Amino acid sequence: MSPLEFRVAIRDAIAEEMERDESVVFFGEDVAVPGGVFMATPGLYERFGEARVFDTPISELALSGAAYGAAVTGLRPVFEIMFGDFMALAMDSLVNQAAKYWYISNEQGSVPLVVRSAVGPGGRFGAIHSQNHGTWFQGIPGLKIAFPSSPAEAKGLLKGAIRDPNPVIFLEHKRLYSVKGEAPPDGEVIPLGRARVARTGGDLTIVTVGKGVPDALTAAEQLAAEGLEAEVVDLRTLRPLDLATVLDSVAKTNRLLAVEEGPRTGGWAAGVLGAVAEEALHDLDDAWIVATGETPVPYSPSLEDAFLPDAGAIVEAVRSRLGAGVA
Amino acid sequence: MHELTLAPEAVRPFLESYGRMLLIRLFEQEMHRLFLKGEVHGTTHLAAGQEAIPVGVCQALRPDDYVAGTYRGHGHALAKGTDPEGMVAEMLGRATGTCGGRSGSMNVIDRERGLVGCYGIVGGSIAAATGAAMSAKRQGRVAVAFFGDGATNQAYFFECLNFAKVLDLPVVFVCENNWYGEFTPMRKVTAGADIAARAQPFGIPSRVVDGNDLFAVVGAAREAVERARSGGGPTLLECQTYRHYGHSKSDPAKYRPPEEVERWKARDPLPIARGRLLDEGIEEDAIAAVEEATRRQLDEAVEAALAAPYPDPRVEATEFAP
Repeated sequence: MSPLEFRVAIRDAIAEEMERDESVVFFGEDVAVPGGVFMATPGLYERFGEARVFDTPISELALSGAAYGAAVTGLRPVFEIMFGDFMALAMDSLVNQAAKYWYISNEQGSVPLVVRSAVGPGGRFGAIHSQNHGTWFQGIPGLKIAFPSSPAEAKGLLKGAIRDPNPVIFLEHKRLYSVKGEAPPDGEVIPLGRARVARTGGDLTIVTVGKGVPDALTAAEQLAAEGLEAEVVDLRTLRPLDLATVLDSVAKTNRLLAVEEGPRTGGWAAGVLGAVAEEALHDLDDAWIVATGETPVPYSPSLEDAFLPDAGAIVEAVRSRLGAGVA
Repeated sequence: MHELTLAPEAVRPFLESYGRMLLIRLFEQEMHRLFLKGEVHGTTHLAAGQEAIPVGVCQALRPDDYVAGTYRGHGHALAKGTDPEGMVAEMLGRATGTCGGRSGSMNVIDRERGLVGCYGIVGGSIAAATGAAMSAKRQGRVAVAFFGDGATNQAYFFECLNFAKVLDLPVVFVCENNWYGEFTPMRKVTAGADIAARAQPFGIPSRVVDGNDLFAVVGAAREAVERARSGGGPTLLECQTYRHYGHSKSDPAKYRPPEEVERWKARDPLPIARGRLLDEGIEEDAIAAVEEATRRQLDEAVEAALAAPYPDPRVEATEFAP
């Protein structure tokens, strides 16, 4: 099977779901005729026409509010908020309308929408085009948050998100768009809420999500050369959070490292450590977090590189925490 | 004096609408009473005085058209046809409420009646209806957003008027201008001329409407709904009105000059509609029969709701739709 590029996986997932379901529509800023600023969606406009794929004004609040209104009246909107940082403008509708609908309507109906954004530091985009907004929404019941780690995962999870009857916040790491990887089996749909073990190992569990997964896998290979076998758990979704898969892994390894590309205060990693401590303190010999600093994402390459928890930083953190030759 | 132009069969729907306006008035008075007795919880925002607008607009709609309302939304729901007993029970937090006691006063949703939702954040209804209009365009339906004068200073308003126009959506934006954004006079916080003028730069047709005259509201709404349904895109109606109560239950509305209140109460939409029905040849008896039936309907609704159980907290809620 020929390798699949992450951005093509996104496009293919949308195209396959639009083909399958007439109620799926796709819109956003520069997504239709221009094909998206990260060239994730060229060709959809030509293939499905202006009634289903269209460019919108730069009006994030209107976009998210309209997607909500459309989703509760029969459409399945997939829309793009170009950079995750811009989600701050879209929050009212997502948090106060879409997330609440299923519950406060007494389950009269749900809100099948997906909002995609490019996220993440490392691209020299500075403080306000680099954030991972997943944790902004993690405390909101009713929202699902997906953050794929590879092209195959992106395709399967996006198809799963579009078929999901609930509102889904979908994060696409901008430094994954050009990654190529193995294509998934035809028609694979990954349901939201199930983590996956991306690498098995018996000495340490590294739990992460998004670009943290390829970083952790690279780090795990280096650590293996030093005799330590890390198991890498890809959370896939931050809400719902599949704690069971993490607990199973920790029961085996007794050590837990959570790698979060964002500040530790208010982050998902602290929540995972807390939940593991609550459920399985007896399994834990050690647990800690590698995260970014508590500043906005810096611009200068020297500052941003030092800021990121990349593969090198993960290896260093494990070495210094566990000492050489820990296995 | 109005011109008496309506044929008898054309007047009949106005009599029904008058009954619905009265239902909303009685409902709000009852909510006021039940709030003071501690049966309605938290806060509530009463729409007494503004009844002609939702009722008039909904008279111009089909049952399967969409409506999005505000936190002052009891009238929006009742005008769209939500069962009064369910509405009373919802206000009382009872299991038999329209939303099982989960939404309360500000956030009622009634999917079956096309009530997309009511929104606790000022302006939320504008986007909800704009989005519903995306579906409505495929379905041959129309969507209506109700919102207050305060909402016309929100991003929702400007973004959605533009969005709806460039996408040519079948939506009617209905501003219920009651001259106060919460406690602050509209003129003090709203630049420019009237609210209707705000549609002009977008190329959206707009009108100032006497929001206390049911017949005027129906006339303006019919024109806007017809435009939307026939592919003519959005319309903004500024319906001028006045609320009889304060903003919410914590607000005695002392900021409003007494003579202003008196002036508007003299233009109460209920007697205006009643007088016009008589002018149009409806018999006094027929009106009285509608009034009596409406009173009975609300009394029964309140009685049933007060007897209904509270929702059982032991029933586990699901976070997500399956």
